[in-house]
Amino acid sequence: MIEIKNITKTYVNGDNETRALRGVSFTIKDGEFVAIMGPSGSGKSTLMHILGCLDTPTSGTYVLDGNDVSTLSDDDLADIRHNRIGFVFQSFNLLSRATVLRNVTLPLIYAEVPESERNARAHAALSAAGLPEDRYNHMSNQLSGGQIQRVAIARALVNNPSLILADEPTGNLDSQTGDIVLGTFQRLNKEFARTIILITHEREVAEHADRIIYIKDGAILEDGSSHKKRMIEHGKKKA
Amino acid sequence: MTTTDILHETFSALTANKVRTALTMLGIVIGISSVIIMVSIGQGAQATIQNSIQSIGSNLIMVSPGATRSFGYGASTGRGSARTLTMGDVSAISSGVQNINAISPEVSSRYQVTAKGTNTNTTVTGSTPAYTTVHNVTVDDGSFISQGDVDNKSKVAVIGPTTATDLFGDGVEAVGQSIRINGLEFKVIGVTKSKGGSGFGNQDDAIYVPLSSAQLFLAGNTTYITALSVSATDASVMTQVQNDITNILLERHKIADAANADFNVLNQADIVSAAAGVTGTFTILLAAVAGISLVVGGIGIMNMMLTTVTERTREIGLRKAIGAKRRDITIQFLTEAMALTIIGGAIGVAIGWGAAYAVTATGILQTSVSMSSILLAFGVSAAIGIIFGYYPALRASRLNPIEALRYE
Repeated sequence: MIEIKNITKTYVNGDNETRALRGVSFTIKDGEFVAIMGPSGSGKSTLMHILGCLDTPTSGTYVLDGNDVSTLSDDDLADIRHNRIGFVFQSFNLLSRATVLRNVTLPLIYAEVPESERNARAHAALSAAGLPEDRYNHMSNQLSGGQIQRVAIARALVNNPSLILADEPTGNLDSQTGDIVLGTFQRLNKEFARTIILITHEREVAEHADRIIYIKDGAILEDGSSHKKRMIEHGKKKA
Repeated sequence: MTTTDILHETFSALTANKVRTALTMLGIVIGISSVIIMVSIGQGAQATIQNSIQSIGSNLIMVSPGATRSFGYGASTGRGSARTLTMGDVSAISSGVQNINAISPEVSSRYQVTAKGTNTNTTVTGSTPAYTTVHNVTVDDGSFISQGDVDNKSKVAVIGPTTATDLFGDGVEAVGQSIRINGLEFKVIGVTKSKGGSGFGNQDDAIYVPLSSAQLFLAGNTTYITALSVSATDASVMTQVQNDITNILLERHKIADAANADFNVLNQADIVSAAAGVTGTFTILLAAVAGISLVVGGIGIMNMMLTTVTERTREIGLRKAIGAKRRDITIQFLTEAMALTIIGGAIGVAIGWGAAYAVTATGILQTSVSMSSILLAFGVSAAIGIIFGYYPALRASRLNPIEALRYE
């Protein structure tokens, strides 16, 4: 359960003030699949960083699973990140010199999960992400783009997070592989009841979600229980 | 993060770029091994010098005549060349100074010595039986000069093992043979045991004859001696014996100001400490030169770690995003730096030790690798890892995960 109320974020760079978010509020319930969509410069990345506990808001509150996380210190945020949040990045960010299994178990190292449990949990996450088992001991730089992103999804799943945040997960993939990855998210949402927030600037990608929050110039323009016709107009405006 | 995890991360990071890891380590290897070699050479030299000083006797006080110098700026004929010490001085010291264990008056000079068809040039020392006590000389074969030989002015000689080999060849019985010193025939009655000295002042290359014979047949006078060695009963009375000898001689030679003394009194302990001071300085100098290369090696580590942190910015961002705390990142990079220096240090100790053995094996110089220098080298390399690894590690831990993830 995510509740954000009146979140603002202002970056100060010398004399310049950039207001990236100007009061954003919404609630996301457990098990929802939400897309946050907006053109570049809309503030969606800033919003993602705040939702992902990588950054704190200038004002407003963020309550994640009943805990107010908007004022925590760096190290407490690190705890929240490895206990409750799984990240999937556009550029995958796997350790290229490590095996698939090593990459997936990495968050467990920081969460101090005993070594004996790690492999079983990594296997479960990898099979949920749909990576063939014969790839588990490959080095991650020997995999294809789609496989790499599924390893990254498995890495996001391995801690049983309350929330999976995917930042442009298909941005570096061709559309066919992108569809497979988005299908994986849909399956995780339906079969495993995972809460997923997808950040994207593409309407076609956002439409895989059940709900779309359209954001522009640091404020919510539209929060629609995904249906497509209204959103198409915004998509066209952007194009 | 458990220790196993940290070591696993360190291992995979260091093996990711083996050439760079090896080259960085090389700096520390060279630094540590040169510290070990230099210190072992210094300490070996110190031990060698002290042994050779100890081997000339124990609790020894040496009295030698002063130099004669013509009035004004005339040339000095060298210390020990003056005829100022007499047999009278010897008996006065012998009766007037307490705590003397043995007193050995000596007349020595270099002569050409011949035996059947061979010849050598060596130091011939006129001595008394007390010489063996004062200078720790032991006889291997035959006997040393007896009081009877001194009283009778016998033409007998005791020779050192090196001299015996030079004159009679290896393994040939020398006792009973004759040698000619300065043209006069002496009968060999004993061979001394090797002391293992070498080079200048080698006590294995020496000939001892009765003091009286040396004075009469070789030096040509029966009054003067060229050196007087006194052994004190105990190390604690050395200063008292030294002072008493000085006072008696000043009085007998009618010299009021000790600065004008026509003799020198040297205390073995002074020589040992002077030599120790010299070799100690020498060791510190060598260690300082080697230490500079260690610091250069440390800077190499820091350079590599800073490069690594920059190269792995995205990795650090990712690790932070998935839950690594600052401390986890600091420890990871610090462990990497320390692994470099500790592995490099271990290799350096091994190489330094090996090289020190090799130097000893060549026989040019004795070396001794002490446990303390190994521990010091190890401590220093670990400290270098911490000092030069800390800044890069801190920089890594302070990276903002958002910026780090976007880093190209």
